[in-house]
Amino acid sequence: MAKFTVDDFTRILRTGAGVDQQTNLDDERAADTSLVDLGYDSLAVLELTSRIEREYDIAIPDGDLAHTLTPREAATYVASRIAEVQV
Amino acid sequence: MSASGLRSGHHPPPVVTGLGVVAPTGIGVRRHWESVLAGKSGLGRITRFDPSRYPVQVAGEIPGFDAGRLVPGRLVPQTDRFTHVALIAAEAALDDARAEPRSLPEYEMAVVTASSSGGTEFGQHEMERLYQKGSSWVSAYQSIAWFYAATTGQVSIRHGMRGPCGVLCCEQAGGLEALAQSRRLLNSGSRLVLSGGTDASLCPYGLVAQMATGNLSTEDDPARAYKPFDVAASGQVPGEGGAFLVVESAASARERGVGHYGTLLGHAAGFDPPPGSGRPPVLASVIRQALANAEVGPEEVDVVFADASGVPAHDLAEARAITEVFGPGGVPVTAPKTLTGRLYAGGAALDTVTALLALTSGVVPHTAGLERQAPGCDLALVRDRPRRTDPRVAVVLARGHGGFTSALVAGRGDRTDIGQ
Repeated sequence: MAKFTVDDFTRILRTGAGVDQQTNLDDERAADTSLVDLGYDSLAVLELTSRIEREYDIAIPDGDLAHTLTPREAATYVASRIAEVQV
Repeated sequence: MSASGLRSGHHPPPVVTGLGVVAPTGIGVRRHWESVLAGKSGLGRITRFDPSRYPVQVAGEIPGFDAGRLVPGRLVPQTDRFTHVALIAAEAALDDARAEPRSLPEYEMAVVTASSSGGTEFGQHEMERLYQKGSSWVSAYQSIAWFYAATTGQVSIRHGMRGPCGVLCCEQAGGLEALAQSRRLLNSGSRLVLSGGTDASLCPYGLVAQMATGNLSTEDDPARAYKPFDVAASGQVPGEGGAFLVVESAASARERGVGHYGTLLGHAAGFDPPPGSGRPPVLASVIRQALANAEVGPEEVDVVFADASGVPAHDLAEARAITEVFGPGGVPVTAPKTLTGRLYAGGAALDTVTALLALTSGVVPHTAGLERQAPGCDLALVRDRPRRTDPRVAVVLARGHGGFTSALVAGRGDRTDIGQ
């Protein structure tokens, strides 16, 4: 199984798009809350996508990651992309 | 109809109910005013980057501005420093005005700012990544951080002010134009406008862009670099920061039960003819039109806050225009901006704040650092120390590169506390 966890996703979200007092990404419920409900817009997802692509050397087609996904769903998706590359 | 496109007399003049300052003279209205009265300069050798390879070494930097500590976390990586500065100044102005945007009709509150450079520092960083690493390394936020309206948009979103919003790009005259636009909006359905301007392009890209004007001082002694109207004038010193003002209809301020620092009595704008046309600059005529718009005679003006370029030819032209309208030595003239350097879009906004503080306090601040007036600049410059002359009407002048020219007339308000 490829190494990409919710924690990796949250780390990249934190540096790429920032956090403020209204968002507690450490709250265990955050992983299952949609990005839009956590306060991140489509631009944040764009920034996030390009950071993940660079760091893990994978390509993520436009639209595959959307701000309607939760961090857990997004992390699962990224892990599967990494796994495809490694095959 | 005046040159500013406004009929005078139809509406009572709008009032300024709140001020916010983030400037080389300090963060906060009170600190700024204390620096101004003490003649405490915010100019120094540039520290935001290593200036040793550039001919310009001196600038006005905001002391102790830590975006990570002051700005909401998410907005730090998403916006440029000029927006960081503006977010703090805007919030301070709303607090000072005791305005609670959530309790007011969202479409009757507007945001109008001035920007001269946009998000230059952010842009430089992303361009470095583009050239050094490739396009996939450029931040998605470059798309919204660089542009002139970025600050207006972020301030509008943050405070839920959803009325008519915009940005004025008039180089160093922008601060006055944003206030003039606020006045138009208050005359056409808005009740409260958050207005002002900031710029923060003290990065190599921002500096060399400004150097192209040929107007920047290459004097490396901070005490000698920016001396407008002086025999030692050597050009302009760039600075970062600016100010925000809450501009409100008199009825809205009354309804909310808040006092105000002053009234925006009149404004006019013009543009200089192209070089070589043989026609004179428009400043004298703009001042006259602003006074007419305010229905104020030159003899009623108690102080002029000069644009004070620092470029000798500009200083001479400004001095001649002031003398033409007010007579030789006919009005006290001051330029506290020698303490901050020129803040571009933030400059005239901060000058207006300083003028309102002068009216509120009954004190005309002096122009620090001058020695001997340049020949031909026959002005009654306020030097050495502030004067308690109880001014009631102030004129603020602003000129921008290429010919932007603006004048604003402000009258004294009824507020006696400063920035509390």
